[in-house]
Amino acid sequence: MLRLSKVNKYYQVGTHSLHVLRDVDFEVTDGEFVAIMGASGSGKSTLLNILGILDDYDSGEYWLGETKISHLSESKAASYRNRFIGFVFQSFNLLPFKTALENVALPLYYQGITRRKRNQIAAQYLERVGLRDWADHLPSERSGGQKQRVAIARALIGKPRLILADEPTGALDSETSKQIMDLLSEIHRTGITVLVVTHDPEVAARTQRTIRLRDGKVVNPLEASASNPGMAAVVP
Amino acid sequence: MFSADRWLEVFDTIRRNKLRTALTAISVAWGIFVLVFLLGLGRGLDNGLRANFAKDATNGVWINANKTSVAHGGYDVGRRISFANSDYERAKKVEGVEFISGQHYISGNRRGSSMITKYGAKANTFELDAVYAESIRLQAHEMTKGRFLSASDIAQTRKSAVIGQTVAEFLFEKKDPIGEWITIGSTAFQVVGVFTDPGGAEEERRIYIPVSTAQLAFNGGDKLGQLQMTVGQAGPEEAQAIIDVIVGQLAERHNFDPADTQAVRVHNNIEQFDRFKKLFWMISTFVIVIGLGTLAAGVVGVSNIMMIAVKERTKEIGVRKALGATPWSIVFMITQEAVFLTGVAGLLGLSAGVGVLGLLGKLDNEFIVDPNIDLSMGVGAAAFLVFAGALAGYFPARAAAKVNPIHALRDQ
Repeated sequence: MLRLSKVNKYYQVGTHSLHVLRDVDFEVTDGEFVAIMGASGSGKSTLLNILGILDDYDSGEYWLGETKISHLSESKAASYRNRFIGFVFQSFNLLPFKTALENVALPLYYQGITRRKRNQIAAQYLERVGLRDWADHLPSERSGGQKQRVAIARALIGKPRLILADEPTGALDSETSKQIMDLLSEIHRTGITVLVVTHDPEVAARTQRTIRLRDGKVVNPLEASASNPGMAAVVP
Repeated sequence: MFSADRWLEVFDTIRRNKLRTALTAISVAWGIFVLVFLLGLGRGLDNGLRANFAKDATNGVWINANKTSVAHGGYDVGRRISFANSDYERAKKVEGVEFISGQHYISGNRRGSSMITKYGAKANTFELDAVYAESIRLQAHEMTKGRFLSASDIAQTRKSAVIGQTVAEFLFEKKDPIGEWITIGSTAFQVVGVFTDPGGAEEERRIYIPVSTAQLAFNGGDKLGQLQMTVGQAGPEEAQAIIDVIVGQLAERHNFDPADTQAVRVHNNIEQFDRFKKLFWMISTFVIVIGLGTLAAGVVGVSNIMMIAVKERTKEIGVRKALGATPWSIVFMITQEAVFLTGVAGLLGLSAGVGVLGLLGKLDNEFIVDPNIDLSMGVGAAAFLVFAGALAGYFPARAAAKVNPIHALRDQ
């Protein structure tokens, strides 16, 4: 599904160069449910941005499916994001002035699908997250858990092969968190690869495998892959 | 590129930001209003200038016979010069002269040319101008009935008279004057035409008769007091050259120094009109610069407000980009909004400007006549607005396209 080999990323801070990711190596196979854990400053957000083609890296290789993701034009990156990746954010990032239905339909707008068609599809996805009756409500009229469900429906509508979730439960209480993780597990069971960035061990425990980052490096990858025999073949 | 969907997005944004939209629209509308108003005002001033000059031909030259002030050719100072019909014939052949006439002053000078004119029991004093047929070309007269004097009137010394509207009303009241006989002094003349003049009643208190008939009837010999001509499209310098040739001929013929500024007096409308034209051109240019400046301020205002809007919408734009919006789609979205805003506001300003100019035109003012802007200016202004809108939108749009989704989305 996706593979990183020796990925390095630097940030220029004043005259200093900050080495954020150091030779990051790992692979995620199709249909896996993986958590990326690390303390703040460990580089996990940077990693997520690279995985989501929101940011470029300085050296190494990143393969998404059969495509090498490297120095893409902005338009190309936008098109890959639109087709391959669904994003779920901690702060939901719904457009506040659009109804649930319109929010869910937005990725299809950028695929050039007609309004009527995309609203039809969006209604189906809202149904899938149990919010069919809330289609005409604005995000401000709903609870955090409901907002996150809308966001997940939006992430799914483009039929992505990969869901990238950045602290999806970070803004939710534990009961709601559990429901959102249930939803993500359910999505995983339909065959979609799900990657969750989190610092919450309980969230990580719901996934199949955890990749730990410390100071920009992947720690104990062998132990991590050992938990999943399918990963034994990983050699970059 | 201009899909219905994007229009819906634009209207959506505008609806969400009514105050901001209104303020932006006002600044653009005001800019265009000021520009249109000033352009129209400039046009009105120009029209006013032309109307003021329209009493006489703007390319007219008048040469009056006067007294010498320099001794020349054995003659003393203070000799009175008088032109003759032959001077008219010679001047007529000078290259550059378009239309030419000469005037015979009946009692020797211009002020004495008024004579008592009678029709039936009615009598009054009117100015009497004894001229050639082309004299009409030097005036702004408009013939309302009949015709002006013709070349054959002059050649055959006919007793024809062309009278002003005021004269016609006084002598004939509602009766048709054409073909009627009036008595000027003690000679009977037949009315062949009636004219009006934009200069008003004073200009219409005149009677024109053939120069030849006047010389014959009032013992004027072949004397002319004034030569009058137009010089076509000649500029001030060319006009002066023509004047120099004619004055040279006159000086040779009548033995005065061509450099004597008193022997003949030249009234040159070209030079005056040119001076006024330059002055008004400067005023118009000044006015346009101010108008464009105001408009530019409006456009910069739009750009600024759009820039703020982009800042406000950083997160939204970040989300859109994460969901697959290309930079171009963001640029189009913002630019289209700016073009739409500027366009609508500009058209409002344009209409308001045209409306106010219409009201201004209704005021009776001799300096501002018919202030307006023509169609090409309107179309030009509209095109300029779209361009200005695109420009105003482009820079904020470029900033929006550069929004880094990572930062936008991380921003809590």
